[in-house]
Amino acid sequence: MITLLRAVKPIIVKEFRQIRRDPTSLGMLLVLPAVLIVMVGYALNFDVKHTPLVIFDQDRTAESREFLDKFIQSEYFDYKYSAGGYGEIEEHFLQGRAKIALVIPPRFARNLIAGNDVHVQILVDGADANTASQAMGTAVRLTADYATKIVAEAFARKGKQLYMPVDFQPRVWYNPDLISSKFLVPGLIGFIIVLTAVISTSLTVVREKERGTMEQLMVSPLRPFQIVVGKTVPYIAISLVAATAILILGYLLFDVGVHGSLLLLYAAILIIILGALGQGLLISTVTDSQQVAFMVSVFSSLLPSFLLSGFIFPVASMPVALQIFSNVAVNKFFLVVVRSVMLKGAGLDAVWPQFVYMVIFAAVMLGVSIKRMQKRSM
Amino acid sequence: MTGNAIEVRDLTRKFGAFTAVDRISFDVRRGEIFGFLGANGAGKSTTIRMLCGLLSPTSGTARVGGFDVRSQTEQVKLHIGYMSQRFSLYDDLTVGQNIRFYGGIYGLDDARLRERAAWVLRMADLEGREESLTRTLSGGWKQRLALGCAILHEPAIVFLDEPTGGVDPISRRNFWELINRLSAEGITVLVTTHFLDEAEYCNDIILINAGRLIAAGSPAELKSRYITNPILEVRVDESGIVEALETIRACPWALETSVFGTALHVMTADESEGKRLIRQTLSAARVMVHQITRIVPSLEDVFLYLLDQEAAKAGAEKA
Repeated sequence: MITLLRAVKPIIVKEFRQIRRDPTSLGMLLVLPAVLIVMVGYALNFDVKHTPLVIFDQDRTAESREFLDKFIQSEYFDYKYSAGGYGEIEEHFLQGRAKIALVIPPRFARNLIAGNDVHVQILVDGADANTASQAMGTAVRLTADYATKIVAEAFARKGKQLYMPVDFQPRVWYNPDLISSKFLVPGLIGFIIVLTAVISTSLTVVREKERGTMEQLMVSPLRPFQIVVGKTVPYIAISLVAATAILILGYLLFDVGVHGSLLLLYAAILIIILGALGQGLLISTVTDSQQVAFMVSVFSSLLPSFLLSGFIFPVASMPVALQIFSNVAVNKFFLVVVRSVMLKGAGLDAVWPQFVYMVIFAAVMLGVSIKRMQKRSM
Repeated sequence: MTGNAIEVRDLTRKFGAFTAVDRISFDVRRGEIFGFLGANGAGKSTTIRMLCGLLSPTSGTARVGGFDVRSQTEQVKLHIGYMSQRFSLYDDLTVGQNIRFYGGIYGLDDARLRERAAWVLRMADLEGREESLTRTLSGGWKQRLALGCAILHEPAIVFLDEPTGGVDPISRRNFWELINRLSAEGITVLVTTHFLDEAEYCNDIILINAGRLIAAGSPAELKSRYITNPILEVRVDESGIVEALETIRACPWALETSVFGTALHVMTADESEGKRLIRQTLSAARVMVHQITRIVPSLEDVFLYLLDQEAAKAGAEKA
């Protein structure tokens, strides 16, 4: 075994030298993760705050002012305009200057004091569905708070205590402030590892095929698995560095720490790296040019990792057929592990089924590609 | 192991319905330079790939250095060197790094690697350029470095697949001097080429066409075996060369006619009678004849003759 591995060392040394000489590949392997984490962390933000608000107040009383203050002071809304009619609201919506509108009816204060029903209208620009639903939810909550307060005051005036039949006390675990970067950063590790490992592995092998050096390695006494080990070890090391960089940046920039076992986390990272390398090798055995290899790699790693894994879009809200199909994305399983371990501090007892799947994926990918390389050489 | 470095018997390789190599048999003696000739796609590379253990034969046997290419691939690979026309070097590594890499994968220890690296640098005339990036080298240097890397582990048998493709004529001549030196040291060299002048340097050659072996022997043997009639070189006015070719080809006494550069080579049964007939025919066709001389046939004459025969045979089979 030692002699078998000794022949691997020159390949590893050579591979590192080539990576160092090629600024593009080095950039892709180390700078891309950093750029992505900053971009995803800051730009890909689902926390809808500062939604531009337009107000159409037909009452203009102290009471309507008090109600509107709830919205104006909330960080979820930015009071931008006040309108004099529905036409103006529509104009603001069309120009994209406002996403949500509050319409206070005439006689708002009088009805409120008289104890009659009061109808406040909330209009939302539904073009951006995510923002619309979140803004609407917030608006409904603020209105309910205000209504409760009014009722409590009314009871108090009659010398009675307000009594709530069902008290609703929400509490969010693991990510109490519902910050989306806590959800995205762990997912980003898998996304970046799969993307860079698949692309760089397939390219490094196909490049040797294009140059004819692969043929030269094949006529040497090296066995296919030695070539595979030699060519993948450097990328395993680089991917581990990239994953560590994301963990550190995630902690420093977004305060996303690791609650569970680091060892378990790195075990998962190592397994998904192996799977991604296997996928890259497999691509390299079926393609002969770097362009094709690159396209197949991007298509087969980026799309499933981005769309099907639950990185951004929850798998549970997909149509059933797509949910079944989403199992092709090994990242789906990795994500469950990483989020559980990092955010919830879960142990192997909670995530072992995902580990089993990832190990199977890596074994199949590596096994098939080594088998194919052997066949090709024969 | 017998005195032969390579023994090939009925070697065949099919790709689906296509037969790339069709029952080829030949022997290569130890220490000789063996030329492997044929047009592109004739099956040269496929044969070499089988002999190197890169491709398994569909049927037939081949022994390289006494080892069976099918069952003892690992042994075969340890005892051969292989260099292709692509000069399989890493462009983004330095000369020294390429040498150390190939030495490393053949398991050379440090002392031997140092000694062999020095030898390669001397042989390739690259002393003092160990730190140069390989991509900055010219074709001839790359070619010699590729050869050096292919024989770092001192194999007994070297396969060179179109090693002189894409280099200038002087580099080509230098390279053949290297091949001669290797052969003098007892190394067996099997080389494929489509430069027929290069084939003259070989001790033995075989010619393959459409996957089949059509001739084998030393260059002298092949010439005397196939070219028994005199060959006349006819220099005509450049503007009349096409006219001359067509006119002479139509004559039954011209056994073989082909264009070589700006002259025609015509094979006839008798030298003086041939000269007279050519002058007579061409003056009737109003083509100006400058000179007619009898020449020593080249391998090119032999191969054109043989390929014509093959084409005629194939035509006859079809009809």
